[in-house]
Amino acid sequence: MTVAPSDLLGRARAGDKRATARLLSVVENDEPGAADALRTLYPLTGHAEIVGITGPPGGGKSTLVNRLTGAYRATTDRVAVVAVDPSSPFSGGAILGDRIRMRERFLDEGLFIRSMASRGHSGGLARATSRIVNVLDALGYGVVLVETVGVGQEEVEVVRVADTVCLVTVPGLGDDIQAIKAGVLEIADVLVVNKADRPGADETARDLAQMLTLGAPRTAWKAPIIRTVAATGEGTDQLIAAIAKHRAWAAESGERDARRRAAARAEVEDLLRDSLVRRLRDRLGQERVERAIARVADRAIDPYAAVDELLRE
Amino acid sequence: MARALRDAGMEVIYTGVHQTPEQVVETALQEDADVIGLSLLSGAHNYLFPRIAELMREKGMDDVLLFGGGIIPEADVPGLQKHGVGRIFPPGASLDDIAKYVREAVPAKKVAK
Ligand SMILES: Nc1nc2c(ncn2[C@@H]2O[C@H](COP(=O)(O)OP(=O)(O)OP(=O)(O)O)[C@@H](O)[C@H]2O)c(=O)[nH]1
Ligand SMILES: [Mg+2]
Repeated sequence: MTVAPSDLLGRARAGDKRATARLLSVVENDEPGAADALRTLYPLTGHAEIVGITGPPGGGKSTLVNRLTGAYRATTDRVAVVAVDPSSPFSGGAILGDRIRMRERFLDEGLFIRSMASRGHSGGLARATSRIVNVLDALGYGVVLVETVGVGQEEVEVVRVADTVCLVTVPGLGDDIQAIKAGVLEIADVLVVNKADRPGADETARDLAQMLTLGAPRTAWKAPIIRTVAATGEGTDQLIAAIAKHRAWAAESGERDARRRAAARAEVEDLLRDSLVRRLRDRLGQERVERAIARVADRAIDPYAAVDELLRE
Repeated sequence: MARALRDAGMEVIYTGVHQTPEQVVETALQEDADVIGLSLLSGAHNYLFPRIAELMREKGMDDVLLFGGGIIPEADVPGLQKHGVGRIFPPGASLDDIAKYVREAVPAKKVAK
């Protein structure tokens, strides 16, 4: 569709889903008009409740998101889901399959589901996700659920857009639970043991509780451990209550402001870096930079000297 | 099929089997898909394709390609194409050919299936 982003904006704000979808593509891919759209929308953001759902593959995140969506829709006019799946490192393509678990809600007028592949975003996945979430927030989506596979650092960065992060594990992960510990456990505000209908849920909950006692707590918040059976909906209400409790605590304790400040810092610093590099390139000219690169490759000078020289000019 | 398109570098939204035309079109709309690919074995093609094409028109999705494959008698194909359906691939069509067709039809990469 070849409609100017400014027109899209007006239509999206009026609730047109096709315009919303196009606008999301514009900001996701950083197409022309993206910066202007975000400028207009930014003052309208900051109202949505943003919930991150992360955890190992196949843990039932999408099934749980489907349950949460149903519960939130009972009290919220517009709910959005942003589901991130990994891209193939070989082809750059991706199969985005999270929707399958939400099919019963495809025709819910108040729900917008958007899939996203993890790679190929200018400025990085975390930034693309935060732009998407900002648009949905500004368009009046009261709750935005962000699902991502919690395996690597990049995914961890993604859920930082959330006010509350839920880490979804399952019974019988065994040693894998140790793997979660590295980096991901620290960002979890709520721990979920899904598939609690399976044997071993109690042990898993105990292991998690144990792991939480290791290391110095970053804040006064103690992450609760909630058991769910996403397949049947059991535990959804408790999970919603735990998320609400964290949200209230974060607002009161200053944690929410601290996170927003950290997110704003990351965003501004990123943009600053990009824009400085671009300006510098424009001033130096690509040719000069290439010449310096060639000399470094030939071992005529070292990379530090090359940068010093370029910056001196 | 989804895997073949992924391996050709496309982003494929897989929605599962037995979707109604309304569900398929709503998904493609929210995902801003460039292409809808329908794989049919049920024999309901003479209903499903025209209905999806009609819904797409209603929603202004004229620039989205609709194509398909599966068990569809050759005699039915011209009728479907009159409704604006693109290529119909028979069972056993080469996955490479299908990927090539999609890539040539759209420069962008998002496919709903
Ligand atoms: N027994 C049991 N199975 C469940 C439960 N929740 C989800 N499942 C099943 O677990 C499988 C994976 O569920 P998904 O919701 O797709 O998991 P996911 O974490 O979103 O998966 P990825 O996005 O691929 O990482 C499906 O077959 C679900 O039916 C549960 O509470 N109990
Ligand atoms: Mg999933």
